[in-house]
Amino acid sequence: MSEAPLLAVPLLSVTGLGKRFGGFIALDNIELTVGTGERLGLIGPNGSGKSTLVNCLCGTLHNETGSVRFDGQKLDGLVTHQRTRLGLARSFQLPRPFHTLSLVDNLRVPLTFTVNARPGHRLSAAQTDARCHELLHQVGLADKARRLPRDLTQVEMRKLELARAVATQPRLLFADEAMAGLSPAEVEEIIAVLLRLNEEGITIVLIEHIMRAVMSFSTRLIVLVAGHKIADGLPQEVMANPEVERAYLGE
Amino acid sequence: MRNGSFWIAAAGFGIAFVALSRVLFTNEYYFFAAYVVLQYIVLSTAWNILGGYTGYINFGTGAFFAIGAYSSAVLHKMPALTEAWFGIATPPIPLPVMILIGGIVSGVLGLGTGYLTLRLRGVFFAIATLALTVVVQTLIVNWDYVGGSRGIYIIRPADAPLGGGYIQYLYTLMLVLAVISVGIARTIERSRLGLGFAAIRDDELAAEAGGVPTLRLKLIATTLSGALMGMAGAPLPYYVTYLDPTSSFNLAYAVNSVAMPVIGGMTSWVGPVIGAILLGTIQQLGSVGFFLDLNIPPTFNLLIVGLLLILFVIIAPNGIVGLVTAHRRKRAGALAAVAARRAA
Amino acid sequence: MAVSLDLLVDALVAGILLGGFYAAVTVGVTISFGMLDIANIAQPAFILLGSYAAYIVTSYVRIDPILVGFIMTPVFYVIGMVTYRLYYYAFESRGEQGIQGLAFFFGLLFVAEVSLVLVFGVDYRFVEAPYIGPSIHLWVFDLPLRMLIPCVVSLVMVGLLQLYLTRSFIGRAILAVSQDPLALQLMAASPTRIKQIAFGISIATCALAGTFLIVIQPVEPSIGRDYIGRIFAICVLGGMTSIPGMVAASMLIGIVESITATFTGPSWAPAVAFGFLLATLAVRPSGLLGRQ
Repeated sequence: MSEAPLLAVPLLSVTGLGKRFGGFIALDNIELTVGTGERLGLIGPNGSGKSTLVNCLCGTLHNETGSVRFDGQKLDGLVTHQRTRLGLARSFQLPRPFHTLSLVDNLRVPLTFTVNARPGHRLSAAQTDARCHELLHQVGLADKARRLPRDLTQVEMRKLELARAVATQPRLLFADEAMAGLSPAEVEEIIAVLLRLNEEGITIVLIEHIMRAVMSFSTRLIVLVAGHKIADGLPQEVMANPEVERAYLGE
Repeated sequence: MRNGSFWIAAAGFGIAFVALSRVLFTNEYYFFAAYVVLQYIVLSTAWNILGGYTGYINFGTGAFFAIGAYSSAVLHKMPALTEAWFGIATPPIPLPVMILIGGIVSGVLGLGTGYLTLRLRGVFFAIATLALTVVVQTLIVNWDYVGGSRGIYIIRPADAPLGGGYIQYLYTLMLVLAVISVGIARTIERSRLGLGFAAIRDDELAAEAGGVPTLRLKLIATTLSGALMGMAGAPLPYYVTYLDPTSSFNLAYAVNSVAMPVIGGMTSWVGPVIGAILLGTIQQLGSVGFFLDLNIPPTFNLLIVGLLLILFVIIAPNGIVGLVTAHRRKRAGALAAVAARRAA
Repeated sequence: MAVSLDLLVDALVAGILLGGFYAAVTVGVTISFGMLDIANIAQPAFILLGSYAAYIVTSYVRIDPILVGFIMTPVFYVIGMVTYRLYYYAFESRGEQGIQGLAFFFGLLFVAEVSLVLVFGVDYRFVEAPYIGPSIHLWVFDLPLRMLIPCVVSLVMVGLLQLYLTRSFIGRAILAVSQDPLALQLMAASPTRIKQIAFGISIATCALAGTFLIVIQPVEPSIGRDYIGRIFAICVLGGMTSIPGMVAASMLIGIVESITATFTGPSWAPAVAFGFLLATLAVRPSGLLGRQ
């Protein structure tokens, strides 16, 4: 298993991370790094712990063992909103929009509480408003700015979800199954958005089931099975790995 | 309506109301009734900051309200106490200061309850507030300094600072408090804090992921809400002149402060005001038999309020304001459809 | 010293008997809140209805009050199912389980108390039965029958419920719903129907629990308020979904309340349960026996 070239200081460094629910071990001694600018794919069968891992890294769940460093800084003990303010963002598997707020206000929330909360970077009300519209435009939702989330289609909700994560000006974005249930054309749309974000400098970790999307998007691939990392390397090589093949025999 | 013009309008309304009342309120009873309605405006608005804006339901209004009332009772007795202990009587504390202190004490209670329960699901906060009333009542009942279960008599000061009777003074204070609380609610609505509250209400997990410091904001909401409720309760001893646990922890406060925002509408400051004026006035009228010599037991009024609460929660969860907004949207949609047809 | 020990033992025994009764009072909430995630804060209201039902029937017919509880159980089961239907239609199906569901049950709790006041007034009501009054002497212990019998029947009832939930098909379906509604759908059983049955059971327990209450002490409408803190404290302390845990928690709270009442006076009892609730929530939300 050959490694993708490691960059000097990884943006995200996870060592010995473990999480259990009562007697059930969801994650066991996970070690991984993410380099700046990478497009990392995270795959694994259902129940392998992918979402649990994301939740632990973002602070939504508390890992019992292990340590996480983001850009050299220890994240242990930091709550989710603090991690977001440091530059670690995520989109949710099932879109969770603010359902009584318009799309513009949906973006205004993360802008107000991350970008405008960072010292020295405060935007004025007008600038904030402009930025909300700009973000909506980037995902093609500009004409629905004043509408409510319930008026959106599935793929539009996913785009809103991504836009909200991007609004926080993240350095690292966890895209958690952002394409589940979408048509092939819609999947392409989302991939295009993610590629553009990556070009603009956002490191992306893509958690996905749709193999075609993961293979074409990722520069490196990590495979999680039953809470263990069983592969980590270039996509082609990982998929040729017999252990990985076995894990997917039922897929 | 811009912030500045709102305050001017509110102040103008307040002054006009006070002036008018001096003319129209021929009977002292009207001041009593208006006092109660204004008190409910404060309570509903306070409740709604936590309930409607942030999505955390508080069943323990009685506790916060009574703490405000009893803190005033304690302060009222202080001159006598210091005289007995030190031989020097501290000057009597003016009521506006008592109101502030009552607010601080209740605010601390809100902060404490929140700190202990808000890291868990909203349901646990609600349950804790439900049990809170019983516990605070137990504490008061066991505290002899404030009369325990026998209650305490409060004598109103002889003269009122603004001239006119003391009842009018109480009523004016409560009017000012009502305007202030509504003003605070409205300011929050339009502020960054209000945006954070709304995000928490809609989806707390997503709000936290979006950078909203949810715990801190929730604690602000509980503290502020509790403080306002305490302020509403602070003048109570002077209003009723006899303060006892049974009446001050009366379930009526808990139910009304939930029903009024729910029925009026929880999404803006308008709802609680409408709910308070509507339900408060009906209950006041009911307590005098609607002037038709009908003998309606006070519990019957409360029964109606409870039934209305259940009804609205099931059928019109967005309250009266919600019904009006929905109706307006339908009309706008219908008009637009007609216009479109005409243009085609 | 010897005097205190006697008091302590008496308090302990009384606490255990009380704890048995508290188990019957709380098991309904362990089902509705712990397993179905429905915060039924109106549980005390249903229990009081059970008490007053026993009162009404026994004032017309000379029949044992606990027998009335058994007779009323199917009636309360139906009431529970209807209540769930309403709750489901109004809230669960719309995905609005949060604040409005709570307001709904609060409304029920309140309307029940006020209605009872309007119909029965605020006077204490009680029932009569041959075992209300006498005590039996077992070795050094003094066991009032009016507490012993409800305690025993409570524990039997809770035990039978636990058997039902772990052995019968529907019982196991209820447990399955509490852990994973999706799995149940895949088994082609409707989660809604199962929840309806479960909620019906949780309210059915109130018929007997209410009867026990009015046997143990005279009731008046505002008593329900004391029980809210108790019920949820016991439920959380017991681990939310675990019935054995709930029984242990009931005993613990019963004993502490009883000892507190004996040595510091009865007026502090309501604060005990609440103190437990706060402490548990703050320190160990998964309760005494843990939650899977």
